[in-house]
Amino acid sequence: MASTLTIDKAAPRRNPGYGSMSRDRAWALKWSYFFLTIFAIFSLVPPLYMLVTSLKSSQEISAATNPWWVFHPTLSNYIQLLTSNQFLTFFFNSAMVSIFVVTITMLISVPAAFALARMRFWGSATLATGVFLTYLIPDTLLFIPLFKMFATFGDWSGIQLINRWYVLLIIYPTLTVPFCTWIMIGYFASIPKELDEAAIIDGASWFQTLTRIFIPVALPGIIAATIFAFTVSWAQFLYPLVFTTSVDQLVLPVGIITTLIKGDVFNWGQIMTGALLGAAPPLIIYAFLMDYYIAGLTAGATKG
Amino acid sequence: MVDIPYQPGRVAAAPARRRRGGLATMMKRKSMVAFLMTLPLIVLIGVLVVYPAFYAVHLATLNKSMQRFVGLANFQFLLKRDTFWLVVQQSCIFAITAVVFKALLGFIVAHFVHNVPAKGQRKWRGMLLVPWVIPPAMSTLAWLWLFDPSYSAFNYTLGLFGAGPIPWTGDAAWARFSVILVNIWYGAPFFMIMYLAALKSVPDQLYEAASIDGANWWQKLWYVTLPMMRNIIAITTLFSLIVTFANFDIVRILTAGGPLDHTHIFATWAFKIGIEGSDIPLGASVSLFMVPILAVAAIFILRDVHKRGNES
Repeated sequence: MASTLTIDKAAPRRNPGYGSMSRDRAWALKWSYFFLTIFAIFSLVPPLYMLVTSLKSSQEISAATNPWWVFHPTLSNYIQLLTSNQFLTFFFNSAMVSIFVVTITMLISVPAAFALARMRFWGSATLATGVFLTYLIPDTLLFIPLFKMFATFGDWSGIQLINRWYVLLIIYPTLTVPFCTWIMIGYFASIPKELDEAAIIDGASWFQTLTRIFIPVALPGIIAATIFAFTVSWAQFLYPLVFTTSVDQLVLPVGIITTLIKGDVFNWGQIMTGALLGAAPPLIIYAFLMDYYIAGLTAGATKG
Repeated sequence: MVDIPYQPGRVAAAPARRRRGGLATMMKRKSMVAFLMTLPLIVLIGVLVVYPAFYAVHLATLNKSMQRFVGLANFQFLLKRDTFWLVVQQSCIFAITAVVFKALLGFIVAHFVHNVPAKGQRKWRGMLLVPWVIPPAMSTLAWLWLFDPSYSAFNYTLGLFGAGPIPWTGDAAWARFSVILVNIWYGAPFFMIMYLAALKSVPDQLYEAASIDGANWWQKLWYVTLPMMRNIIAITTLFSLIVTFANFDIVRILTAGGPLDHTHIFATWAFKIGIEGSDIPLGASVSLFMVPILAVAAIFILRDVHKRGNES
C-alpha cells in the first residue's frame, strides 16, 4: 500500500485511485522496479568490475578466489599508475587535446550556427543540411584517406604532422564541429526574433548581437555542445590509433591499450585502473551536469 | 504560435528609405559578415571531410605502391576473396542484430522508467545511462577482462551453477555473440533516453481518451504510443544503424577480428589491411563498401528530420 501512496503524490493526474485500477498499478510498479534493477545491474557490472579489479593485487587476481569480491584491497595499482611518467603523459596529452578541441570547436561552430540560424544568405539552407550530412559521415570512412593526406602533406611541405599529438587538434573538429553546429542552430533558432531585431534597431552590430544576446540566452545549449565536444574528443580511439605511434605522443585510450598490454601478458589490475581513470573525467562531468548531457544527446534529433 | 516570417531589412527599411545607398551597403555587409562567420566551418568540412571522401575513391583505384592506376581491380580482387564475404556477412549480422536489440531494449526500459514515480526517474535514468558515458575503448577493456579465457568472472559465476565455461572470445559463434552483446550494452542507453523523451511528449489526454474508449494496454501501445513516437523511432534507429555499421572500437579491442576473421567488420578489416598491412588503396576500397548502406540510411534520416522540422 505504501507504493500506491507514493504514486498518488508523484502523479496525481494519472492515478484515478479506484480499487482494481490501483492494484494493477501497484503490480506494474513492482514489476517496473524489478526489471529496472536487472537492467541497472547489467549496465553497472563492467564499471563496477573495473573498480573491484583495480583494488586487487596481481597475486589476488591470479589466485582462483571469487572474482567479484576484493579480499585484500590495495591502492598499489593507483599509486603505480599515478607516479608513472608514461601514464601521466597520456593523461596530459588527452587533456590538452580535449581542451584545445573544445575551444576550436566552439570558436568555429557558434558563429557559424548563428549565421546559419539568423542571417539568411545565399546557400545557407543547403549548408545547414550539409552540416547535418557531415555529422553522419563516420570516422571509419575517412581515416585512411586522411592518413594518406597528412603523409603526403608531410613529404611535400616538410612539416611532419603524423605521430604528433597535435595532429589530433586538426582532425577531431571533423567529429565535433558538425554536431555542435547542428544543435546550436536548433538553440539559436528557438530564440524569439524580437530579441535580435530589437538589438539591431538599437544599433548593435551582428557580432554584438551574437556575443551580448545569443550566447547568454543560449548558454544551456552551449554547455551541452561543450560537453559533447569534450566527451567525443576524450573517447576517440580510431584516429589516435592511426595517427600516433610513439609512446610519448599517445592519448589515454590508445596508451593504455598499447603499453599496458605487453604481448600475451595482461596486467589486469593496472589495465582496469587505467581504464577507470580514463573513464573518470566523462563520468564526473556526467554526474554533475547530467541534465545538460541529456539535453545535448536528445537535441540532435529533436531540434532543428 | 504564429510564426512571422523574418524579413531582414524590413524593420530598418521604413526610416531609412531616403538613404538607400546606406541600406544597400549594410545588406552587402550582412551577407559578408555571415560568410566570414561560416568560412571556418566551410573550410573544415571542405578540406577534412569532403576532400578525403573523394580522395578515398581516387586511392581505391591505385595499386599497392600507389603509382599506377588500376581502375576497379581492387574491388574485383576483394569480391573474389572469401574473407571479404565473411566481413560483409558479419557486418550485416552485427549491425542489424545489435540495432534491433538496442531498439527493443531501449523501448522496454524507457517504458519501465516512465512507469516509475517522477521523483525516482532521475536516479534510474542516471544509472542506466552510465554505459553510454564511459568511453567505449575503456568499457570494452572491462568486457575483455570479464570474458578472459582463464579468469572470466562470468564463467566463474556460471561454474557455481554447474554450467560449463563458455569460450566468450575464442569460438567464432560465441565471439560474434560477445561483440554484439557489448555493442547492445553500450548503445541501448541512447535509445532509452531518446524514447523516454518521446514518451514524455505524448499528451496524457490521448491515453485518458483511449482508456474511456476501453482500450487495453496493448491497444494503447499500438494505437497511441507507437504512432506518436514513429518519427523519433525512425530517426534513432537509422542513426544507430550508421554508427553501429561503422563501429570500430568494440570489435577492435574485444576480438581484433578473430578468431579466424569471423568477427571482422568493414572498419576493423579496413584498418587491418590499410594501416597495419600498409595497403592503403585496398583498405580504402574496403571502407568504401560501407558507403551505399550509409547513404541509404542518411537519405531516410534527412527526410525524417525535414518532416519533423515541417511539423513543428
